[in-house]
Amino acid sequence: MIELVSASRCISCNICVKVCPTNVFEAREDEAPVIARQNDCQTCFLCEAYCPVDALFVFPDAHRHVEVSEELLSDRGDLGSYRRALGWSTGGDPAALHEKVHVLRVMAGTGAIG
Amino acid sequence: MFSDGLELDADVLVIGGGPAGTWAAWNAAQAGASVVLVDKGYCGSSGATAPSGTGVWVIPPTTEDREKAKAQREALGGYLADHDWMDRVLDRTWSNMELVDSWGYPFPREEGKTVRRNLQGPEYMRLMRKVVARAGVKILDHSPALELLVDGNGNVAGARGVQTQEEREWTVRSGAVVIATGGCAFLSKALGTNNNTGDGYLFAGEAGAEFSGMEFSSQYAVSTVFGSVTKTAHYSWAVFTNEAGEDIQAVKDGHHSAATIGRTLIHGPVYAQLIKAKERPEVQAFLRLAQPNFFLPFDRSGINPFNERFPVTLVLEGTVRGTGGIRITDETCASTVPGLYAAGDAATRERICGGFTGGGSHNAAWAMSSGSWAGEGAADFALRLGASRKSRRLTGAGTSAFTESDAAIKTVKSEMLPLEKNMFRTDAGLRSSLAVLNGLWASAGARTTDRGGDARDAQRSREAAALTATARWAYTSALARTESRGMHRRSDFPQIDPLQQRHQIVSGVDAIALRYEQPVPRLPVRDLVSA
Repeated sequence: MIELVSASRCISCNICVKVCPTNVFEAREDEAPVIARQNDCQTCFLCEAYCPVDALFVFPDAHRHVEVSEELLSDRGDLGSYRRALGWSTGGDPAALHEKVHVLRVMAGTGAIG
Repeated sequence: MFSDGLELDADVLVIGGGPAGTWAAWNAAQAGASVVLVDKGYCGSSGATAPSGTGVWVIPPTTEDREKAKAQREALGGYLADHDWMDRVLDRTWSNMELVDSWGYPFPREEGKTVRRNLQGPEYMRLMRKVVARAGVKILDHSPALELLVDGNGNVAGARGVQTQEEREWTVRSGAVVIATGGCAFLSKALGTNNNTGDGYLFAGEAGAEFSGMEFSSQYAVSTVFGSVTKTAHYSWAVFTNEAGEDIQAVKDGHHSAATIGRTLIHGPVYAQLIKAKERPEVQAFLRLAQPNFFLPFDRSGINPFNERFPVTLVLEGTVRGTGGIRITDETCASTVPGLYAAGDAATRERICGGFTGGGSHNAAWAMSSGSWAGEGAADFALRLGASRKSRRLTGAGTSAFTESDAAIKTVKSEMLPLEKNMFRTDAGLRSSLAVLNGLWASAGARTTDRGGDARDAQRSREAAALTATARWAYTSALARTESRGMHRRSDFPQIDPLQQRHQIVSGVDAIALRYEQPVPRLPVRDLVSA
């Protein structure tokens, strides 16, 4: 579930409030949005993908709240790691351009992916 | 009551902004219709596709390849698919993928040509939103629909809902409505499915539509126990083991069997390890590029899935990957109710999959094809009505809602999510679940427009009704199919029964009626090839 909106990184653009499909954030005037409905988070990571300053962190467990340390996440390079993997960071190249799913299927001996 | 409501008029209203909804909206706009698209969340991130990567059932238009593609899933689907529909979907998917390319999707290239076989959800749905907006479609985000509007003759003529971020009601009067609300995963938290609560089924059912194949609603996906990512293709590189470390033989010919995993899971933990790619760094790199979010649960939990085994579980995907849905009556994806069209997972996918669906490839092809036809069909229907449609008197078709929605949702989940109730079905089990669910439905209150609560409460109360209704249609149909076919697995009837090679059609929200429909007679394959 969503565990962090970094007040130090956030620029209050409220893109996360707009793009979250389950409406977990609440916008505030001139401040970072708050996580208002954490239990509604479906752990899809898309808010991270859209955040232009890598201020958000979604812990992969969809059912359980965990405490996270911004400092630790930042040191480990976890903030923005999904956006980088998609190639959505500034100056990045879309990962889709480089995927080799058709080659993988031949290697795995399967016809389907999903 | 909400004040300051938003009132709009459009030729076509599309409910749902995933792949099926965006293709419907774009095609309706191309056909000259004015279009409003409403999404419960955000068109671009809502639904099962946006956070996923998906292969697409796209086969070059050569007879031999296509015959092979069609034959491949025949037995798995329980011989309920229709070759004409498969041909149409293959044709439309081929041309739609050319459009996606022309719109600038970053397909990989090989020898100067784009390779159009896979779509990464975040890229695809971000692009579809842009394309739809550019076509002049008005998009309302965070605007769940709550009920359809019908005219005096029973034609569907719009919908009503709420805007959860503005705390106001919206009403769209339209000539036709496309339901593209996705399947129903019963709030299992399968990746990207928590908006997929069966709302569109409820709306359609209340307006009198029929459903086909609702017994094919028992699809489960493998997930780590510590993560939400239910994308399963990468498990063709896995070996699944039990507590003792013995291989449970869940992977055959590169495909894993959810049922084998399920049988072991009922008795104890199951582990997986992507061991077949352990010594293959090039495969590992490809796997990361193919599905970047697959690795987030591992990377963030400090687990290397190639080098160590990790606990897995099964998560219900219901009719998202299951194939049941609104019965469509013709090539425009019209339902049995005039003015109401269905597309994507909201519509039955039996036409191309029968009772089985493995990966997302057929689903992606179906969403973009059925979305296109539904959009065109709805536009044609609406434009034929002309200006006279604006003078119709409309009423809400919504009937039931729960005030104690959280309790109702908990009850539905406890009947639908457990493997021993839904994956392995029995007569006694289904009867016992139906007694609970029918009792729950009887306790629902009337849907009223005079609500005291906020927009989210209104949304939740109808989601609870939709989940309950969907569960009842699924289990009513499952009880009637006294055999195992496709994904529908009856422990008391483990064999396929040739006499039951037919579609099961359910309808009705209070009393549920069930009837049978014979599938389209099939020509022997050799006749098709020579024809």
